[in-house]
Amino acid sequence: MKTSKQTADRLELMQGTLNMLILRTLLLGPLHGHAIAKHIRRTTDDVLQVDHGSLYPALHRLERKGWISAKWEMAKDRNREFKYYRLTPAGRKQLATEHSKWKLLVASIGRVMEPAEEG
Amino acid sequence: MSIWSRLNLCVPWFRRRVRVADLDRELRNHMDLEAEEQREAGASPEEATYAALRALGNATQIKEDVRMAWGFQWLETLLQDIRYGLRQLRRNPGFTAIALITLALGIGATTAIFSIVNGVLLNPLPYPHAPRLMAFAEKLPPFQDFAISYPDFLDWVKMNHTFEALAAYRHTDMNLTGSGEAERVKVIQVSASFFPLLGVKPVIGRNFAPAEDRPGAASVVILSEGFWKSKFGGSSQILGKVLKLDGKGYTVVGVIPKSFYFCCEKENFVLGDVYTPIGSYDNQWMLDRGAHPGIFAFGRLRRGVTLQRARADMDGIARDLASAYPDSDKNVGISLTPLKERMVGNVEPVLLVLLAAVGFVLLIACANVANLLLARAAGRRHEFAIRAALGASRARAIRQLLAESVLLALAGGGLGLLLASWGTKAAVAMLPEALPRANDVRLDPHVLAFALVVSVLVGVLFGLAPALQSSRPDLHEGLKEGARGSIGTSHRTRHVLIVMEMAMAVVLLIGAGLTIRSLARLWRANPGFNPHNVLTFNVALPPSTGKETPDQIRASLRQLTGAIAAVPGVRAAAITDGAFPMQGGNIVGFWAEGQPKPATESEMPNAVNYIVGENYFKVMGIPILHGRLFTRNDDIHSRFVAVIDEDLARIYFPHQDAVGKYIHLAGLAEPFEIVGVVGHVDQNGLDEDKRSARLVQIYIPVLQIPDQLISFLAKTEGFVVRTQSPGFASIEAIRRAVERMNRAQVAYGFESMEEIIATSLASRRFTMILLAVFAALAITLASIGIYGVISYSVARQTHEIGVRMALGAQPLDVLKQIVGQGFKLTLIGVAIGIVGALGLTRFLSSQLYAVKATDPLTFIVVSLVLTSVALLACYIPARRATKVDPMVALRHE
Repeated sequence: MKTSKQTADRLELMQGTLNMLILRTLLLGPLHGHAIAKHIRRTTDDVLQVDHGSLYPALHRLERKGWISAKWEMAKDRNREFKYYRLTPAGRKQLATEHSKWKLLVASIGRVMEPAEEG
Repeated sequence: MSIWSRLNLCVPWFRRRVRVADLDRELRNHMDLEAEEQREAGASPEEATYAALRALGNATQIKEDVRMAWGFQWLETLLQDIRYGLRQLRRNPGFTAIALITLALGIGATTAIFSIVNGVLLNPLPYPHAPRLMAFAEKLPPFQDFAISYPDFLDWVKMNHTFEALAAYRHTDMNLTGSGEAERVKVIQVSASFFPLLGVKPVIGRNFAPAEDRPGAASVVILSEGFWKSKFGGSSQILGKVLKLDGKGYTVVGVIPKSFYFCCEKENFVLGDVYTPIGSYDNQWMLDRGAHPGIFAFGRLRRGVTLQRARADMDGIARDLASAYPDSDKNVGISLTPLKERMVGNVEPVLLVLLAAVGFVLLIACANVANLLLARAAGRRHEFAIRAALGASRARAIRQLLAESVLLALAGGGLGLLLASWGTKAAVAMLPEALPRANDVRLDPHVLAFALVVSVLVGVLFGLAPALQSSRPDLHEGLKEGARGSIGTSHRTRHVLIVMEMAMAVVLLIGAGLTIRSLARLWRANPGFNPHNVLTFNVALPPSTGKETPDQIRASLRQLTGAIAAVPGVRAAAITDGAFPMQGGNIVGFWAEGQPKPATESEMPNAVNYIVGENYFKVMGIPILHGRLFTRNDDIHSRFVAVIDEDLARIYFPHQDAVGKYIHLAGLAEPFEIVGVVGHVDQNGLDEDKRSARLVQIYIPVLQIPDQLISFLAKTEGFVVRTQSPGFASIEAIRRAVERMNRAQVAYGFESMEEIIATSLASRRFTMILLAVFAALAITLASIGIYGVISYSVARQTHEIGVRMALGAQPLDVLKQIVGQGFKLTLIGVAIGIVGALGLTRFLSSQLYAVKATDPLTFIVVSLVLTSVALLACYIPARRATKVDPMVALRHE
């Protein structure tokens, strides 16, 4: 069992990236929480396991910031309502910002870590 | 962020329930989907559910985190804590009630005293630019604050450079005739600037014009609202009417509101029925620079002028006047004091002592509640261990416990506020004479804020130790120990608290003990006369008396005395002019035979001058030490005689017989032969004479007042009578006898000598009663505290006691052991308290009389009393311990 301290560390570390991943996933269309987690896991071939303990707080935080909106909707494939999150226009903009920041970050880290390829 | 989304932050809070349900549903959905996935992967339904649960992790934690993401977590936590706290408090009604009562008493008493301090000391006087108002008096050694001579006052107005305006005032009484029944009214003579300086606007009419404040001006009068309503039914037709005061017509020009308030205790300022301009007062005193006819003054500093500069300015003026008028003004200085200090300065130390005392009571109350909480917290450790195990952080636990205690304190504070509003009224009503500005004492926003802050502080103060203690995260111990809780660690804190309580109770008890002893001594103090069965009153003579010849006046006075003495129940009656004992008196300059006449009056030594009827000494019970008293024959036709007090005889006629010697009084040509020496009388109240300069006393017979001065006596006469029995049975008879002589003659202002003494002790009684109440509270709370601690430790030790008794310990041994615990704590507390009291009681010294601040008797008695009470409080639970049945105790797991 994780202690709360570890969770807190990880939350801090993950938060920005997780936000970006959630926003990017929702670019495909409205999804509920479980589907978002599943999508991220599948897409990364199970490399990135989204911690459910971080997922829901992150979703609610994004909702509060107005980047995503949530709505209870009937699922197409079953007779049950799920809370579907979808990207708002502000969320789209945010995604673009974070994406470019992330690209810059990766490129910069790459240049430090693998200087040989720079040539 | 748009305004809408800002608002949005608040909206979700109201929909909190919906959102919580939503979140539950969302997480349940998630789990179901997860389990479904597991089943699809081939797990059995149970395994799938379990795996889903595991994947989700700590659901409570997630919910908590999500709620944090909602962003109003703090509010929610707070509400949660408050709800939880309320539930806890409701679940323990006994604990809650005791804690609430304790806190209400502590906070209530503190708030009550603070509201007095706030109203009297902190709030500015209710006048415009109040901090710039300064009170004037004349320094006439040995007096620091003597009445002012009117010509001096007028010169100050002209010569000063530091004041915007000055106003003088003087209290006198006059006969009002021609408006219904003849009546004695209080007249305050004031400068035209008086009301404007104090920001008083008439309800109808106008203030005095400067031109009306001059000699020879047309006589005008302003009424007080109360007098206007009671005497004239509040008729607006009053303006322009003429009132006859002492036979002279005064035109009514205005009415001042009843909200007007002004007090200067030392100057005997009372609120008047009517006000007249002082400058138009037609009296030779007003022109005599050497006379100080009860006038005082105040003024408003110019903006930016310091008190120091004003003092320098006035000192310069005093020097100029002294060289211009050496005969009257040599050695005369000008004293300047902030008006507020003049009004309340004498009560400041007392109020601060009371505030400190009540602070101790509050601390004791806090310690008691902290002890209760500690006892309870020990029982609740199991609960907190479980909560910690479930992931509650320590900070959260502390916050929650603090919320509980602050809640308790706020509730106690609310109750305390009720107590305070009631208690303040009671205290002020009990002894109104004791407190200047009594009507400025109320629950204003400052007091409310004070109560709130004190409650919160107190809540944190008594809640912190228990909170820290019970939230200590040694889960293992807490869980293992089960519901029994632990005894070890919280014990020390509880003992420290009890020792503190005892120490503070000792300090308070000693303070109260010292003031009680002082007051007891004062009551028993010999004032130099026998106050029992003595009545004092005034008789206003008919206005026609003023037009009689001196001999007629003397005959009237003699007849009046005879008529009063003839009233059944009256043993003896005597006129006294100028000086009632305990109420200050006329001061006269004198010099003794054989000494050179001082060049000026201001260089003469001063004496209190009693102008008395022949039976005065008999009425007052003043003992004759040597020579003889006055007789019927000491009248205007015989040699002038005087009786002096023992001090004058000792100081001015050392080693010789004063009887037969002569004494000269300022302003009187003939010397007086000293015929007798009597005991000294405490003129300025029982306690005053011990501190201020003790004035010698000269008595002269009223019938020897020379012709040119006797008309002063033709207005109103003071009387003292000795009655057969106490009480006021004779008052009506005296009143009737006086009226029978002349219908325009009024006897008024009856007071028993004992009442006068009681009034002079009012402020001490106020202090004593409050200190005694606080001390009683302190000892009660401290006893309850030690009782609680010992009971608790007995309850905790039941098992141990049972074992010991099973092994053969006698009940007495158990009793000794348990009482011994309490005894040890008490002794340490008392020792600390005594040391504290030695350091603190000196702040009380102004309230002590003939008792040292370190009076050993008080210290010993208090220590014994407190120790006995504490032992009794320990004995009750200890006895219970001896009744422990070993079998029951051993099973007590």
